[in-house]
Amino acid sequence: MAELAKIDFEPLVRSAEHIQAENGEAALGYWQDAWIRLKRDKVAMLGLGTIIFLLIVAIFGPMLSSVSYADQTLAAANQGPSAAHWFGTDNLGRDLFIRVLYGARISLSIGIVASLLNFLIGVTYGGIAGFMGGRVDRIMMNIVDVLYSIPVLLYVILLMVVLKPGLTNIFIALGIGYWLQMARIVRGQILSMKEQEFVLAARTIGASRRRILIKHLIPNAIGAIVVTLSLCIPDAIFTEAFLSFIGLGVSAPMASWGVLASEGVTSLKAYPFQLFFPAIAISVTMLAFNFLSDGLRDVLDPKMRR
Amino acid sequence: MLEYIIKRILNAGVVLLVVITLTFCLMHAIPGGPFTTEKNLPPQVMANIEARYKLNDPLPKQYADYLVNMAHGDLGPSFKYQGRSVNDIIKESFPVSFHLGLDSIFLAILIGIPAGVFAALKRNKWQDRVINFCTTLGVAVPSFVLAALFIEVFALKLGLLPAAMWNGWKSQILPALALAGMPMAFITRLTRSSMLDVLGQDYIKTAKAKGLSAMTVLWKHALPNSLIPVVTYIGPMAAGILTGSFVIETIFAIPGLGRYFVTSIYNRDYTVILGVTIFYSALIIFMNMLVDLVYPLLDPRIKLGKKEN
Repeated sequence: MAELAKIDFEPLVRSAEHIQAENGEAALGYWQDAWIRLKRDKVAMLGLGTIIFLLIVAIFGPMLSSVSYADQTLAAANQGPSAAHWFGTDNLGRDLFIRVLYGARISLSIGIVASLLNFLIGVTYGGIAGFMGGRVDRIMMNIVDVLYSIPVLLYVILLMVVLKPGLTNIFIALGIGYWLQMARIVRGQILSMKEQEFVLAARTIGASRRRILIKHLIPNAIGAIVVTLSLCIPDAIFTEAFLSFIGLGVSAPMASWGVLASEGVTSLKAYPFQLFFPAIAISVTMLAFNFLSDGLRDVLDPKMRR
Repeated sequence: MLEYIIKRILNAGVVLLVVITLTFCLMHAIPGGPFTTEKNLPPQVMANIEARYKLNDPLPKQYADYLVNMAHGDLGPSFKYQGRSVNDIIKESFPVSFHLGLDSIFLAILIGIPAGVFAALKRNKWQDRVINFCTTLGVAVPSFVLAALFIEVFALKLGLLPAAMWNGWKSQILPALALAGMPMAFITRLTRSSMLDVLGQDYIKTAKAKGLSAMTVLWKHALPNSLIPVVTYIGPMAAGILTGSFVIETIFAIPGLGRYFVTSIYNRDYTVILGVTIFYSALIIFMNMLVDLVYPLLDPRIKLGKKEN
């Protein structure tokens, strides 16, 4: 019999954490353990590496360039990729490489802000519903069920039509549209945990309900929350690209990847490279987040694995 | 059973009411109302328009009228296309979208299910990995990119198929494929994982132990049960294909409702936007209700009125 590694006892990780929930080191152990196992997943690490690379490039890339995303050089319009313009130029002679870099900023920040909003609304709502239980839970979840059967994208479109296109409004529309899944998952987690001994113990010590929810229940649901968040980011980027494509994205001269791709499609027949680069950027990002969230799901939330 | 059916229908009704109320509220949240344009109309004209569309009635009355109109299936007039109602527009262009949607659903199912079964049978072999790679790409690549790629390769480089328009079956292949990409990948993944689930179960062992051929076990015993989860995907798939058609119809210049919808967004033709949104929402809600009603018939393990998890 070979020696048993810690990974052979996956369920123990959670329960060990429950026993020592008050101990800061034990909570760290959960993440350390998750990290060790995530590192073994090569595909997930590839995803993570790509995301970090994209973030660095998005933050620092535009700073290092002397040209801005809005600089027009009409004489150099519609040039193919060259040493001067790595990704070529668009119909106004703007450097596509810089625009794709700048688009990364916008698209990634949309993904991140949308998931933050999703986190805030969804976790609060689902946490309260699950923790209160009874009639409050029934009413709150009925509302979620009704909203859930509404095709969200159509209402995001409608909201953008009413609100006028722009970055802040995209945040608002996505935030309003995408918290339902999170609320459902958090509520389910809380519901399954709130009768467990560690909650009873906390109650016996006299912890307030607010404290139990924030300090004990939600941290224990964090695995499922992180997994849901990592699925939400690419979803938001995708939705934004879609919105931009039908003319409801950020306003010119700002450009997200969706805007760039949609501009690229109009000149597809003459200059296919104008679509090619933003399309690659979107696809690579989606792939990276998909890889990472698959890996995270296996590591953080074994129950969700099928 | 009857109770469950009534409950589901009532539920769909409530959702529809919420949808209509939401759209009504959104329409009135538009600064200046839906009939404000960039051109400043003379106040007299504006008043006439408002009177004609009853915009100067008190809000509750407008809401009640709106509901009554909806109940009659009347989605109101188009503002930009004078003399045409939203109903006319839908009647004219939705059949094309419907046709395209059916094409892509067939494609997604006809390719997705066999691919998923095949991947499950070849689990962890190179065939499975290739299929897995393709489905990952299918989920990650937006449909407009796929569409552009198809046009570039099959229409422009190889000259095999027309790049745009809607005449004859040849022109349907590329848009239907582009639209089917994402659902196809999803169906493949779903079929694969549920097939693996089913293949591991005892009754399959029993069937094998009885000496049934591998083919009989697969087609008669494993496949029907493994397709049950795929049915739940029909609702989201319909929604995805409807919204996907906005982009695909625009790229391929197909005269369907999706392209009309995008055009009316550019034109800020509010009544058309609202009408089409309600129409599509109703369609999707109806599909979801249908799936919910059919699902327990397919899978007796699911108790009526109770959620799976």
